[in-house]
Amino acid sequence: MMGGAEEFLAAAVRTGTPLALAALGETVVERAGVINIGLEGIVLAGAFGGLLAAGSGLVAGFAGAVVAGVVVAALFALFAVSMRADQIITGVAVNLLVVGLTGALYRGIYGATGAALTIPTTGTLPIPLLSRIPLAGPALFDQAPPTYMAYCVAPLLAWWLYRTRSGLALRAVGERPDAARAAGVAPASVRWMAILIGGVLGGVGGGMLVLSQAGTFAEGMSAGRGFIAIAIVALGRWHPLGVLAAALLFGAASALQFLFQAMGWALPYQLFLALPYVLTLLALAGLAGRRAVAPAALGQP
Amino acid sequence: MSWLRRVATVALVSLLALGALWLALRLAGLDATRALVALWDGSFGSGYALTSSTLVRATPLILTGLAVAIAFRAGVWNIGAEGQLLTGAATAAAVGLFATPAFGALTVVVALAVGALAGALWAWIAAYLRNRFGVLEVISTIMLNFVALYAVGYLVRGPLQEPTHIYPQSEPLPVLAQLPRLIEGSRLHWGFVVAVVAAPVVWWVLRYTAAGFRVRAVGQNPSAARVAGMVDVQRTTMGVFLVSGALAGLAGAIELTGVTFALYENVSPGYGYTAIAVALLAGLDPLGVLATGLLFGALEAGALSMQREAAVPAVVVNVVEALLVLLILAVARWRGGSAILARLAGSGSGASGDDSTKAGGGGAAGRGKARPGAPPASGTHAEAAG
Repeated sequence: MMGGAEEFLAAAVRTGTPLALAALGETVVERAGVINIGLEGIVLAGAFGGLLAAGSGLVAGFAGAVVAGVVVAALFALFAVSMRADQIITGVAVNLLVVGLTGALYRGIYGATGAALTIPTTGTLPIPLLSRIPLAGPALFDQAPPTYMAYCVAPLLAWWLYRTRSGLALRAVGERPDAARAAGVAPASVRWMAILIGGVLGGVGGGMLVLSQAGTFAEGMSAGRGFIAIAIVALGRWHPLGVLAAALLFGAASALQFLFQAMGWALPYQLFLALPYVLTLLALAGLAGRRAVAPAALGQP
Repeated sequence: MSWLRRVATVALVSLLALGALWLALRLAGLDATRALVALWDGSFGSGYALTSSTLVRATPLILTGLAVAIAFRAGVWNIGAEGQLLTGAATAAAVGLFATPAFGALTVVVALAVGALAGALWAWIAAYLRNRFGVLEVISTIMLNFVALYAVGYLVRGPLQEPTHIYPQSEPLPVLAQLPRLIEGSRLHWGFVVAVVAAPVVWWVLRYTAAGFRVRAVGQNPSAARVAGMVDVQRTTMGVFLVSGALAGLAGAIELTGVTFALYENVSPGYGYTAIAVALLAGLDPLGVLATGLLFGALEAGALSMQREAAVPAVVVNVVEALLVLLILAVARWRGGSAILARLAGSGSGASGDDSTKAGGGGAAGRGKARPGAPPASGTHAEAAG
């Protein structure tokens, strides 16, 4: 029983981490008034970039993931910010592009099947002492390095967004870009920077799918995580700490299926997978706790 | 004239995208010419390819493209066509599997009607959340897509699973619940006719009816529409959501009763998302959707033959589709083209400054509680449908 609960918590954190990283990036992006549906493509590109660069070691792998994520993010920013194109349409196009490019390149480079392609992974890195705490210790502190990165990034972003001038400027751009401009802030530059940060974090989130978890790549392996991250941002009320917690909740929902299998329960786990989305909708409507309010200028060019 | 220019633009952009594909395949050391020939052969090259691949594939793209076009025209950012399509497919499957004895020869009609209704209902959730609580439909529809996907995943492992309980899919529908073939010996079904008829109907409604006028007014400038007192913005957006959802639900019901005959999780290869590209390329014009739906149907049908004949992965077609969208955005930005395209591409008609975009109608009054995420509606003159 104990082992099952421990395994469940560890799986929740493990599946929640890529979501958390991508969602933390998207939080910054959305705080700047941009909704980047292309996050799905960024995560997928990060996974593929990680695979491509993994030949030169794991650090290079993560660097590759970041570069891939940033390149895709820059393409999105070029259209959605510099050319002021519609963000949703640009995001959809970016996703199509990355699905096609990674799929074609993967088959081109690794052959039509790409089977049996495995690369070494980071594995878990237990933190001394902390990982020995019963129950929560192994779940929280015996994880892959990117998990610890998520732990650090969330409070860092919270501090940046709410305690610094540049964070204030960024949020101002997300609420009233015209007012921010009048106050001497250049909305376009702020949004570019926010989107690139989203590219870095989304790229790491995708990279860790390959480099810390699967040890291999599969076409379309982002499997909707970028979209899920957008839901997580809303459930986390656009606050980095809330977003981290929401990501772990989504992770827990998908980890339930492992728990059910371990316990031999035949409950339909899809219903539990759908639960966090329903919860997010309720939270947005203000029916579950305090109402979540989106940045006022979200989605406007 | 603007219509001609749009056709010319899309044609030019398509040529550019295909040229880029040819060059990329060439650089990758593949037989690029053969690949493009296969693309043609598999889409328009033969009567069979046209009827059994291209038109079949185009059907759901046209219907979901219409769903997206009508929504975007009203400033309703429904990116939930995928989920609405899935609910339509799932309910049509349920009707076909359980209600065939009750409805007999009418089963397929009932299945389509119920599918459309289910799609509308699924969209209604997002509409209600937006009107009542100001929830951004961009976010709520994404989430509803996932809920629908998981619901289908549950159904095909639960109540709708085939009797042996081995495969995560439903039993094939009985013949009475299947759409009849339009041409014997091909895969083309009557759903294509539905799609072809739906496009001019939507076009006519948008252009010539009072309801269509209200839709366009709300899309152009919700605050002006409200202030002028002639349009109930909430009612109009609700109606648009319902029609949009019904079209997408119909697409799902048709796909199920005309193509797959059984419900399974991957029943849609992302039609609802591709539909956004289809609608954009058409400049959100319902008649244009007919053409761009056909274009995308041909691309996706041809891609499969490209994979078979020239060993080029079919997924590259996604790159071509993405290039089409990005190029059209760039062109619209550059030329200031039609008002709608220019709006989507972000350049106002004649004005490109940020402040003019703001002043154009996306101002604070226009996006009070119920209208966050409103398009800036910088195209100030009324956009005629044609």
